[in-house]
Amino acid sequence: MSDWVEACAAGDIDEEDVMRFDHSGRTFAIYRSPDDEYFATDGLCTHEKVHLADGLVMDDIIECPKHNGRFNYKTGDARGAPVCVNLKTYPVKVDAGKILIQIG
Amino acid sequence: MTAMTSSSASPRDYSLTGRDARLAVENGLAAAEWYHTEIPRKQMKELMQRSDQPAIRDTIIWLTAFIVSAAGGIWFWGSWWCVPFFFVYGTLYGSSTDSRWHECGHGTAFRTQWMNDAVYQLACFMIMRNPVTWRWSHTRHHTDTIIVGRDPEIAVMRPPDLLRVVLNFFGILDAWHAMVGMVRNAAGVISAAEKTFIPLQEQPKAIRVARIWLAIYLATIALALYLHSWLPLMLVGLPRLYGAWHHVMTGLLQHGGLADNVIDHRLNSRTVYMNPVSRFIYWNMNYHVEHHMFPMVPYHALPKLHEMIKHDLPAPTPSILAGYREMIPAFLRQLRNEDYFLKRALPPTAKPYREELHNDNPVAAAAE
Repeated sequence: MSDWVEACAAGDIDEEDVMRFDHSGRTFAIYRSPDDEYFATDGLCTHEKVHLADGLVMDDIIECPKHNGRFNYKTGDARGAPVCVNLKTYPVKVDAGKILIQIG
Repeated sequence: MTAMTSSSASPRDYSLTGRDARLAVENGLAAAEWYHTEIPRKQMKELMQRSDQPAIRDTIIWLTAFIVSAAGGIWFWGSWWCVPFFFVYGTLYGSSTDSRWHECGHGTAFRTQWMNDAVYQLACFMIMRNPVTWRWSHTRHHTDTIIVGRDPEIAVMRPPDLLRVVLNFFGILDAWHAMVGMVRNAAGVISAAEKTFIPLQEQPKAIRVARIWLAIYLATIALALYLHSWLPLMLVGLPRLYGAWHHVMTGLLQHGGLADNVIDHRLNSRTVYMNPVSRFIYWNMNYHVEHHMFPMVPYHALPKLHEMIKHDLPAPTPSILAGYREMIPAFLRQLRNEDYFLKRALPPTAKPYREELHNDNPVAAAAE
């Protein structure tokens, strides 16, 4: 079932940056890539449940602010210790300047 | 600075599988939420930005100094003129690798990851720290900094073993334990303590590295025997002993004599102003409160971070000597009363310590 949720305005996130989005008791991270594309993942690091929105976006990578664990935020793949478990990703679309994510 | 005591019911149990490990979990000290100074996201992003340039520059200087000092040591081998060259070589090998291991392990020294990995592997070999084991132990150190029973990297446990501290200025116990650990890992054995922080899928990597290192050391010893000379060992292995002094000198200052079982790095970590040579060797880890609060910030941005948040931190210790002048008496007091520690005063501009969080702990602070 389609369950698109408005997360923020497209301009709310700087290029190559990330923003936290909380919805229905869950937390997500919304990314804007250097190529001006948008992506979404679970908001907490799979290692120790730290908010990834406080981390650093570099190209396709989000780095966790606590232990510098790395994920590819486009695919959710764990890319560097100490993270071993992939992130869950969510479809994202831009509609009339709004960022929508499909929580499902 | 205030002298404090904490009231622990019985001597601390530093085992990662012991009583205090269980207590830390039960009391919410494990994987707790730590205090952070507020920094606007825009400024934090600027501070976190990675760059290859500073670390490439520093690494070229570092490797050049290695080559020149090694060449001088070899050239003058057999005369007293080799001593200053080996002093420099040993300090680079046995001390500067501590900070290179550390910073590249965080992945913050270089922007390019393979550069972090390459320097990390080289530095780990020289400092004799298994790159797999220590990556995970340091992760725990950042999660549970100076939490008894959780942090595997507490340099001076209470009551302090001062003989051990002195011996480690010459790397003696550290190198011995490293060698024993390497042989054990090379034999395919991961200890019970190591199993508490190294994920199962990473353990074979620790064993593989230990086997490679063991082969290198055996080859070096074989070469020394073949040449009837100590020179190969002066270049590989022994510098971990005769060059350890600087990393121990600076490393003890990181947390020595300060609080344990707290969740505010301002209470258990120390920022020390140092001379430029020590800062090069130490890669700015003298800004230790800042590093623990924001481990994403590269070493070259720590001075800027320090200027930005120092209003919220205890006054930095003005020198290495000043650090030892406060730390050694604290160690001596802890011999008689292991609950004694130094509580660092905050400036009026700082947010106060969250005493309610620390007073609930089993080692609740109380003014002496």
